Amino acid sequence: MATAESVLKPDHQSKRKHFIFTDEHEQLRESIRNFVTKELTPHAEEWEETTFPDSVFRRMGELDLLGLDKPEAYGGQGGDYFTSLVLGEEMTGANSGGLAMGVAVHTDMAMPPILAFGSEEQKQEWVVPAIKGEKILCIGITEPDAGSDVAGIKTRAVKDGDDYVINGSKTYITNGHRADVIVLVTKTDPDAGYGGFTLFLVPMDAPGVIREKKLEKLGMHASDTALLAFQDVRVPATAVLGEVGKGFYHIMWELQGERLIGAAGSVAGAQKCFNRTLDYAKERKAFGREIGKFQVIRHKFAEMATKIESARQMVYVTAWRFANGEYPVREISMAKLHASRIAVEVADECIQIHGGAGYMKEYGVERAWRDSRLNRIGAGTDEIMLDVIGRSYGL
Amino acid sequence: MIQPPFTEEHEELRESVRGFLEREFAPHSQQWEAERWFPDEVFGKLAVQGLLGLKYPTELGGQGGDYLHEAVLVEELSRIGSGGTAAGIGAHINIATPPIWKFGTDEHKQQYLVPAIRGEKIGALAITEPDAGSDVAALRTKAERVDGGWVVNGEKTYITNGVRAHFMVTAVKTTQEGGHHGISFFIIDRGEGVSSSKLEKLGWHASDTATISFENVFVPEENLLGELHEGFKLIMANFQWERLAMALGTVGAMQLAYERTAEYARERSTFGRPLSKHQVIKHKLADLATSAYTARCVTYDALRRFVAGEEPIMQVTMAKLMTQRASFELMDECLQIHGGMGYMGEHWAQRAARDARLGPIGGGSDEIMREILGRLLDL
Repeated sequence: MATAESVLKPDHQSKRKHFIFTDEHEQLRESIRNFVTKELTPHAEEWEETTFPDSVFRRMGELDLLGLDKPEAYGGQGGDYFTSLVLGEEMTGANSGGLAMGVAVHTDMAMPPILAFGSEEQKQEWVVPAIKGEKILCIGITEPDAGSDVAGIKTRAVKDGDDYVINGSKTYITNGHRADVIVLVTKTDPDAGYGGFTLFLVPMDAPGVIREKKLEKLGMHASDTALLAFQDVRVPATAVLGEVGKGFYHIMWELQGERLIGAAGSVAGAQKCFNRTLDYAKERKAFGREIGKFQVIRHKFAEMATKIESARQMVYVTAWRFANGEYPVREISMAKLHASRIAVEVADECIQIHGGAGYMKEYGVERAWRDSRLNRIGAGTDEIMLDVIGRSYGL
Repeated sequence: MIQPPFTEEHEELRESVRGFLEREFAPHSQQWEAERWFPDEVFGKLAVQGLLGLKYPTELGGQGGDYLHEAVLVEELSRIGSGGTAAGIGAHINIATPPIWKFGTDEHKQQYLVPAIRGEKIGALAITEPDAGSDVAALRTKAERVDGGWVVNGEKTYITNGVRAHFMVTAVKTTQEGGHHGISFFIIDRGEGVSSSKLEKLGWHASDTATISFENVFVPEENLLGELHEGFKLIMANFQWERLAMALGTVGAMQLAYERTAEYARERSTFGRPLSKHQVIKHKLADLATSAYTARCVTYDALRRFVAGEEPIMQVTMAKLMTQRASFELMDECLQIHGGMGYMGEHWAQRAARDARLGPIGGGSDEIMREILGRLLDL
């Protein structure tokens, strides 16, 4: 018989952490959140105009935040994959998609291949100072005529004695203006198909590296995005990263971990946007009541919350598999696809709930849409994710 | 075949309007977007072509045409390549001047409408306030009777042409009672006590959308537009055309965006073939073409009824609701098809998506359109 004690009450306020996280992760989360709110968020508006300063890297280096999951031997914290996920989530608290992206490209896109395939000298030269925030990394894959179609890359590296000479151009390069070194995808053997790619670590001050222009974008304004040209850039054979001819495989491997961190950022960003809009809907009145009390608006929130939760669980479970040594490319692609989509949908719905205010810059909701809109294009478009997922079934 | 309600005559007008806009304005649109302002001369140039008075009678300096001629212009405005510029022109011809034409005295017409048609005075319509958007009954800007007129205090926001306008057709409360009654309209000249501050927005960058403050602004008796306390009628009277104009602008913008994207997809090659030959992209484009055509048919049907003198509130509301969301979705898909390039600042697709996003909010939000439909459908 049901008694007052035996009837369970819904636990809407539950703060119980997800099973992938330990107390240590939560402490880390707390300390990142403190840093972000105190030192980054107050500057978000300003950095939209100026792009964020390099000193953010140095400060994050001091706080040991740039090598959370990197080996202690190179100055990292030796943490697990989830520590990186926590950082990806908490960086969204800065209200600056461009800032979060600049840092993520450094820690989760450019650094992993150097650690995985680099020589000891390369790790000492680039990873150690990068973890300290003294050197900034970027990665060059996309070209004006080759985005999703990586095989269409034209940047050539030609062997010349003991050196290589590189010619070509790269575009949409995050950190492209501030970076000290670029992980550069080139073709060393144009006839070898996927086996003809080679990665190089090219110092950005090498003669012939030209930072053509800072690109203006729909969103991510705090990030510097570059068009780069490489004109007869001469690098020694020691600049090769990993194996000659294995560049394509090196890059494809590393994109997976990064996609998942990006997906976590999408979910956290959507949650943030949801929370702000919820506050607004509880305050703003129209036709005599809080707008959140209109059924249509209430259902919009219910819909958004369900989308966010589904994406979050997908990301966490996939991260858990990834951290446990699986290589779930299909699920990572699904998580990236779903998280990016729902983040844009949520931001769009938040604009709608704000009405005219949502269209104005001062409320920050339109920025959430502009920033999150990149996630459906960057690091593999929706269409590429769908292709990967579809092909994984033998289609 | 020319789609009704348009005829050969309208298509000739369309061709000349399109040529004019593409020649005179389109080359500057990028600059105007960047400067967050299009020059006032735009109005003068349009006036020289007779384009600010297409639907107004010749005795006021207009062209003596009708709403169909105006519809042609509105549909073509997307050719400028700047939603904000189109919005500024649209606010002048579609919402600021029609109430003067319909409700104004001869003096009002001589003083405001005639110079507006000549492009010498720019108009704005000021209804929305910080605490009253869709909920017009919640307006707070108030007018108090004084000798010879009224003193107005309050604040209006999201006003297109809000910085540049010489006169503002402004909704104010003229009684203490709440609700729809007790709202009146004044034509307020820019002058002492009127100040504007420009707002930054997701899109419509070339538009000077502003918050306007009225501090003890004296408005002479004769600047009352329409009947005292009956301003709600004036609001209602132009809603249908305003919404139809939004739908029409969207129809033009969607067609243009589809055509440009299809052209790009035919040219851009990935994985060894044109984008348009990838089945998914081909199907996306097929959907976009269908959406653009649907928007056109729904809008043209409402327009035909409107011009024929029906009061097609339901069809206009449906057209506004359907086209604004469809347009944003179409623009967003165009952006997606362009990939990274579409995300870049100089690219039209991201600009068009930002501009289109206002559609489901402005001129009555989607939610308000559905509320209206709910009532019309007896729900």
